[in-house]
Parts: sequence; structure tokens; C-alpha cells
Amino acid sequence: MEALAIVWFAAIALLWIGYLLLEGFDLGVGMHMLVSARSENDRRVMLNTIGPVWDGNEVWLITALAGTFAAFPLWYAALLSTLYLPFVLVLVGLIFRAVAIEYRGKHPSGRWIRFWTWALGLGSFVVAFGIGAALALTTTGLPIDANGDRVGGPFAALGPAALLGGLAVVGFCLLHSATFLALKSDGPVRRRATAYAGGWGPFGLLPLLGWMLVVQVQRGDPLGWALVLLGLGGAALGWRSARAGREGRAFAGFAAFLALGVAGIFAAVFPVVLPSTLDRAWDLTVGNAAASPYTLGVMTVVAGFGLPLVLGYQAWSYWVFRRRVAPEHIPADHIRADRTRADRVRADRVRDDRTRTDVTRADRAAR
Amino acid sequence: MDVLEIARWQFGITTVYHFLMVPLTLGLGAVAVFLQWRWWRTGDGMWLRATKFWGKLYLINFILGVATGLVQEFQFGMAWSEYSRFVGDVFGAPLALEGLLAFFVESTFLGLWIFGWKRLPKAAHFASLALAVAGSWVSAYFIIVANSWMQHPVGVELVDGRPRMTDVWAVLTNNTALAAYAHTVMGALAVGGGFLIGISWWHLWRRRADGLDELPGGRRARVVVGADPVKPWRDATDHRLWITSLRLGAVVAILGFGGVAITGDLQGKLMFDQQPMKMAAAEAACKTGSSFSVLAIGDLGAKDCSSVQTLIEVPGVLAFLANGDFSTTVRGVDDLLPQYQRDYGRTLPDRPLYGDRAGQKITYVPLMAVTYWGFRMMIGFGALAAFAAAVALWLTRSGTVPHSRWLARLALLGILAPFAANTAGWVFTEMGRQPFVVAPNPNPSGVDGVFMFTAAAVSPGVTAGELIFSLVTFATIYAALLVVEVTLLVRYVRGGVPSAMPELAGGSDPDRDSDGDDGGDSDTGDADRDVLAFAY
Ligand code: HDD
Ligand code: HEM
Ligand code: HEM
Repeated sequence: MEALAIVWFAAIALLWIGYLLLEGFDLGVGMHMLVSARSENDRRVMLNTIGPVWDGNEVWLITALAGTFAAFPLWYAALLSTLYLPFVLVLVGLIFRAVAIEYRGKHPSGRWIRFWTWALGLGSFVVAFGIGAALALTTTGLPIDANGDRVGGPFAALGPAALLGGLAVVGFCLLHSATFLALKSDGPVRRRATAYAGGWGPFGLLPLLGWMLVVQVQRGDPLGWALVLLGLGGAALGWRSARAGREGRAFAGFAAFLALGVAGIFAAVFPVVLPSTLDRAWDLTVGNAAASPYTLGVMTVVAGFGLPLVLGYQAWSYWVFRRRVAPEHIPADHIRADRTRADRVRADRVRDDRTRTDVTRADRAAR
Repeated sequence: MDVLEIARWQFGITTVYHFLMVPLTLGLGAVAVFLQWRWWRTGDGMWLRATKFWGKLYLINFILGVATGLVQEFQFGMAWSEYSRFVGDVFGAPLALEGLLAFFVESTFLGLWIFGWKRLPKAAHFASLALAVAGSWVSAYFIIVANSWMQHPVGVELVDGRPRMTDVWAVLTNNTALAAYAHTVMGALAVGGGFLIGISWWHLWRRRADGLDELPGGRRARVVVGADPVKPWRDATDHRLWITSLRLGAVVAILGFGGVAITGDLQGKLMFDQQPMKMAAAEAACKTGSSFSVLAIGDLGAKDCSSVQTLIEVPGVLAFLANGDFSTTVRGVDDLLPQYQRDYGRTLPDRPLYGDRAGQKITYVPLMAVTYWGFRMMIGFGALAAFAAAVALWLTRSGTVPHSRWLARLALLGILAPFAANTAGWVFTEMGRQPFVVAPNPNPSGVDGVFMFTAAAVSPGVTAGELIFSLVTFATIYAALLVVEVTLLVRYVRGGVPSAMPELAGGSDPDRDSDGDDGGDSDTGDADRDVLAFAY
């Protein structure tokens, strides 16, 4: 096996972990817009915590895929064509989500805003679920033949592993975004996010733990087990910190659980990148799916120089937008009463929401 | 319908759609960088207003470019898995480089620009936009490198029947790619320029129609600029903004067209050499010769030349396009066809890859109606747009536009011409390559034997049902989103500058919040309080 192919296997794993960690909270915030927001003002606070960074986070997905295409063309081809329909849904989710974030606030009508809120929430859910399912399946196996093509109909690939992986990423995103919102926002959103992370939220990690255990039991890899155990330590720390109101540590602890656990999964399946459930001889591996050493060499040089740079300026952009977003930072409503009567009524409703949060805040201050 | 057919329709629809957003992103982005640079250097508020207004339209369009680009990234693996396996070693690399070196820069710095109005020093804020736009331009380069490799495969050797990259430098400096890149970005400038002209024209016309600006009689008259008593933002600066934008747009469009003509000529010469059949089909050049056809009739869709009749020909021009002189004979379809059949076979090989299609006769002549008219529409619409830009410069020499509703409508309609030229160009390039997805190179500059039939490229495991589902889904979503985007653009255009700078609308809006931080992205203010210089 080519050393560079191993390096690229690690790089792809890293890109996926980076994607889950970064876009994880974007997707979770999208879902929380439906799940835990109580008012239009909450939703705007939430949206603005990810506003400046979400698109940069999404590029981790693009690069993970394009990197797979370049470094393991056979893996890319088999995974995407076998899971054709799930990826169509993921794409629909990605399209609606991206457009929703940008267009939601661009028209002062209640109906418009509600439509895009749903598009954002559901889109985020579908993306999280679909990506989770695809990742789980690439570690547990797909019904592919010697050429890497699907045997069976469009749904042949779907099974319990897909469900487990989908729920794993959805549950993680909901929790991860709660610890993120606790760090990045203020006011009612922060309070509710803290309560979620210190309360029932961590139970959302169970499917993720399930996926980790399934893979480790199947493969029985000591390094994999070690990483999962370390990750569990992170999760425990995260939970304790969340209950103690230590937002930074809570965020880091749960993030460590994901990073270590998924690293453990990739470590355990190595060198197989996509097992065939039909015949082990048809497994795609780091050895037989990789591009040529020359191509891998070129890519290594570029990534060795490019990835640190990316990490550098992305970190800087987080630094620039480090301050918490609070309700009082949100400019006046998009929804002005200069539209039709129906719109005006809606606008009033939204404005009421806004006043209500202000009242709660005043209440608290008085108490 | 056949899996292959559906997959091709899907690819065509999704890329053509993506390429409606792309040239506007590239062209308008470059314009926005120029505008903000002027503001940063001069401090003149007009440039700030212009940056905000055009920047807003840029963003509305940008996001659909992102949303549709995502589909492209997945598509190769989903619907064209055999293709991905065949070319992965050389084709995946530019895509990965695009992600690593371009998309990250583009998206991260655009976020910094949108939200950074108050959080970043002016120079850094300007640099964010410049970097984001540079990212777009670099991404265009990498994707064109990938595409051009399909037109002209270089830098590889064949190992076990698959191309293997041996020289990345050759791939990155593929002459086809350099010419196509220059051509595409110039075409994008034409799109950006046309957009500026159309919209600025309409605003100038509104000002005249509302009686703000007047043009006293006389041949050398200059405009007398007025202001709106009710909407204070419609002042002299507003007038200056539109006329400046219009002029800028006209210059950019004319430059773009000039660039397109020069680079297109280069491409044509390469194409005669690299894909002679495509060029012959583009010219409906059935017979070997040197005349350029201006008008051909007959059944251009026919797979042979028996029914094509050329009505008007210009002697020598074809030779000039191909070789720069007036006498070279250019080989026509009747001459090329036997050669293709000899070199690449008459029927699809009997390999499992081809499934039911094995043994089918191969049609080497692309749909002539498409290549012939595609080529002419590209040049025609482009020339039309350039001509319109020149006329616009002339008609606005008095400092405003003529008081004609009819002309204003035409100016808005003119926005579409460069888009049409771009689309026609791509349809021509991509369909002219058929029946190959990776075109063989009969000339010595390519690597012999590296080619792939489109019929071999689709995913063997994917069913027609799945493809129909995705085709219908994407087409429906795209149609709906196009309506949404255009509606939003129209709204923001109609609103004028305040739709991007609500603070300008100022006192005239009784419903505004009294604390006055609405939109609030002027560059004054306390950065600690204003966590959000911009908010969704
Ligand atoms: C000549 C230019 C050009 C061409 C031929 C293409 N694109 Fe594109 N693409 C761009 C120029 C561009 C751009 C201007 O850079 C965009 C538009 C909006 C944006 O974010 O970047 C973009 C966006 C964009 C995105 C989203 C990037 C993001 O999230 O920031 C992806 C994944 C792709 N493209 C992928 C593709 C693929 C796989 C193509 C080939 C079929 C393709 N594009 C053709
Ligand atoms: C953005 C501009 C582009 C447009 C408008 C465009 C347009 C098209 C069209 C219309 C087709 C269908 C051709 C047919 O069915 O006969 C097609 C096919 C295809 N194009 Fe492009 N294309 C573009 C860029 C690219 C790029 C950059 C690539 C590669 C990176 C590419 C790769 C392909 C592939 C793989 C097919 C499918 C096979 C086929 O049917 O030819 N295209 N494209
Ligand atoms: C004198 C004018 C022009 C000439 C001679 C010309 C020539 C060409 C040629 C020969 C090609 C095919 C390249 C190939 O398949 O290898 C092409 C493609 C294309 N043209 Fe033009 N063109 C002209 C004007 C325009 C204009 C005005 C636009 C748009 C505003 C445009 C946009 C395109 C695009 C998008 C493509 C496909 C992408 C590419 O291969 O670069 N062209 N052009």
C-alpha cells in the first residue's frame, strides 16, 4: 500500500471531521430555528450567530467530496452512485438551506419569512440526516459488485445502519449547536441553549455512540476502542461543564467526543474505505481505490500548503466575529408595516414577540 | 427513456442553470471591487452607495450560484460514476484544488465582507471583497482546466486503459484551458457590463420620467440635474451614481466583447486542430473547402450532409478562422467521417460497460443544428450586446438618457443578450464534443487513445426511475428559484439605493425605528455595541 494513499485516507477523515464540527453547528442552528426558537427575534439572533461563517463551513463538505474524487476516484464513484436518491435529497436540502439563509430577511412579509424558516429548518435536518446515513454506510458496507456498482434497486442500500448514522448526526448537531449558541449568543437564546445542553440534549449523542460501537465491535480495533473511550471522556466532561454553566468547556468536550469517536471509526475500518456487503473480495480499500502516486503527490503538496492557510484565515474570521449576538444587536424588524394590511397584522405579531422578549428581560432584571 | 438520455438532460440543465449565475457573479464581483476601491481611495459617498447597491444584487445572485454549484460537485459521482472512475486520476485534482484554493477563500472572505462593514478597518474590509472575488476567478480557472481536459486531454499516459496523470503542469497550462478561461471571464465581464447598463439606464429614465432631470433643447445640451422633494435620496449624487455606473458598464461590456472576440479566435484555431469534427459541424462545413457559411438551410439535424444547403458563403473566411490565412482548405464532414470511423470504430464496442448500447452505431457528427446555430447565436448576441453598449455611450453623452420609455425597456431587455451568448457558447462546446465525453485528439499534441464515449460514462447501477425523479426535482426547484431570484432582484432594483442602504431613506419613512439602527451599516458607530454591522 502506497504511503501517500494512507496520508490521503487520513486527510479525508480529517476533512469529514472538520465538516461535522463546523457545519455541525450551522445545521443544528437551522434545526433549532424550528425546535427551540420562541420568537422571530430569537430566530434572528440564532441566524446571525452563523451568518458570517456558514458558507465557509460548507466548503469543508465540497472539499471532502472533491478530495475523495481526486484521491480515491473509485470510492467517490461507488458511494455517490450507490446512494443516488439519498444524495438527491441531501442536495435539495443544501439548496434550500443556502437560499433560505440569504433570502429569508430580504422581503418584509410574514409568509415569506415563515416559508424560508421552514426551508432552513427542514433543509438542515435532511442534510444532517443524509450525510450521517452516507457516512455510516461507507463504514458498515453497501451492496456493491466487483466494479463498485450497486446491486439491487434504489433502496437496496438502506437499512438500520443508515437510520443509525442519520440520527447520530442529527442528534449531535442539535447538541453541538446548543453549546455553540450558548457561547455565541445572549438573552433568551443563550438561556435555552444552556438548558438544552445541560439537560436532555446529551441524550442525542446516543445514536452516535451506537454507530461508534457497531463499527468497533465489527472491526475490533484496539486503536479505535481507545479513541472511542477517550471521546467518551470528552463527552462526560462536556456534560459536567454544561451543567456547571461552563460554556467553553461544554462546547469543547462534546466536540472532542465527535472528533475522537469519528477518528476511531475511520481508524477501525482502515484500510477498507467502502466494504461490500455481498463479497468481502469486492471491498474498496485504500489500496485498490486510490489514485496514482503522482496525483496523490501533487495533491499532498497543495493540501500541505493550502489546508494550514485555510485553517488560519477561517480561525481569523471567527476571531473577527467573536462577540456574542444579543437581541439588542438585532436591527429593527425586516417586517415593516408598510405593506398590505395582512402583512401589517403579521408584522405586529412579530413585533409583539420582540416586545415580549424585552419584557422577559426587564422582568429578570427586576427580580 | 434511456438512462443515458436522461442523465445528459440532467447534466445539461443543471450546468446551464449554474452558468446563468456564474458569469454575473464573476462580472459583477469585479465591478464591485472597483467601486469599493474607488470609495476607499476617494472617500466620495457616491462610490459607497454604488458599492452597496451593486453589492446587494451581487449577493442575491451569488447565493444561487452556490446552491447550484453544489449539485455539480455531487453529480459526477452520482450519475456519471464510470466517467469518474475513468478520469478520476486527472480530473478530480483540479476540482479538489478548486475547493482548497478557491472556494474556501471565496466563501470565508465574502462572509467577512458582508458582516465586516463596521468590524474591519477600511483597507481590510476592501481586501476581503477583493479576495472573495479573486477566489471566484480562481475557481473559474480550475473548473475550466477540468473541462478543457475533456476537450483536449494532455499530461497523461494510458495505464490499464485508464489515463494516469504524469504532468500536472501540462494539465494546468493546457492551451485549450488558457484560451477557454480567458474567453469565459471576458464573457463574464460582458454579462456584468450589460447588467450595469440596463439597470442604470432604467433608473436614469425614471428620474427623467419623474421630471427630476431635464434636458434643455439644443444639440450640445447638458443635463440639468434635480432632486426629489419627497425622497431626499434621489439627489444629484443619485444621478451621478447611475450615469457613472452606466458608463462603467458600457466600457466593461465593450472590453469584455473585445476580449471575447480575440480569445474566441484563438479557441477557434485550437479547435480546428483538436476537434476538427466539432468545427466542421459548427460551420455546417460538409464539403472540404475554405468558405464561411453565413446562412445554411436544410435539415441540419441530419446525421449526414445530404440535405444541407449553404445559401450564403464568404470565401476565405473559414480558412482565416482556422489558420489565419485565406487559402488553407479546411476539412469538411465528408472528409473527416471516414477517418473517425477508422480510428474509433463504427459501433460501440461489445463491453459490459455499454450494456444494451453495445453494438450501436456511433454517430460522429454532432447535432448540426445545435452547433451551427449555437455558434452563431453566441457571436450574434455578443455582438449585439457590444453594439448596444456603444450606442448607450453615445446616447448618454449629454449626461442622461433620452426620454423614451421604449428605449428604457430595450435597455432592460438587453441585459439578457450576454447571458444568451454565454449559454449558447457552452451548449455549442459541450454538445459539439458528442459523442465523446472526453474527446480524442487526432493531432499529435494530445495523448493518443485517451477518449471516452458519453455512452460509456453513465452510472451502471443507477436506474432510469431515479434519474427521472432527480431530473424533475432539480428542474422544478430551479425553475422556482429562478423566479424567486428575479423577483428579488427586481424588488431591490426598483427600490434604488435605499434597498441596500436603508439609512438613506432616512426621515421619509414614518415606520422606522426611532433608535435608527435600521440596517445600520454605515461606517460610523461604536464597534463594540454594533456586533452586527449587518444582520439577517
Ligand atoms: C467559469 C466559471 C465556472 C464554471 C464553468 C463552473 N463554475 Fe461552479 N462556480 C463558479 C464558477 C464556475 C463561481 C463563480 O466561482 C461560483 C458561483 C458562485 C460561487 O460561489 O462561486 C461557483 C460555485 C460553485 C460551487 C459552490 C461553491 C461555494 O459553496 O462557495 C460548487 C461546488 C461549484 N461551483 C462546482 C462546479 C462544478 C463541479 C462545475 C462543473 C461542472 C462548475 N462549478 C462549473
Ligand atoms: C458551466 C458551463 C457549462 C455548461 C453550460 C455546460 C453544458 C453542458 C451541456 C448542455 C451538456 C449536455 C450535452 C449533451 O447532452 O449533448 C453537458 C454535458 C456534460 N458536460 Fe458540460 N457544461 C459546462 C461546463 C462543464 C464543465 C466545467 C465540465 C467539467 C468539469 C463539464 C462536463 C460535462 C459532462 C461530464 C457532461 C455529460 C456528458 C455529456 O452529455 O456530454 N461541463 N454540459
Ligand atoms: C467574435 C466573437 C466570438 C468568437 C469568435 C467565439 C469563439 C468561440 C469558440 C470557437 C468557442 C468554442 C470553444 C471550444 O469548444 O473549444 C466558444 C465557446 C464559448 N463562447 Fe465564444 N466566441 C465569441 C463570442 C462570445 C461571446 C460574446 C460570449 C459571451 C458573452 C461567448 C461565450 C462563450 C462561452 C461561455 C463558451 C463556452 C466555454 C468555452 O469553451 O470557453 N463567446 N467561443
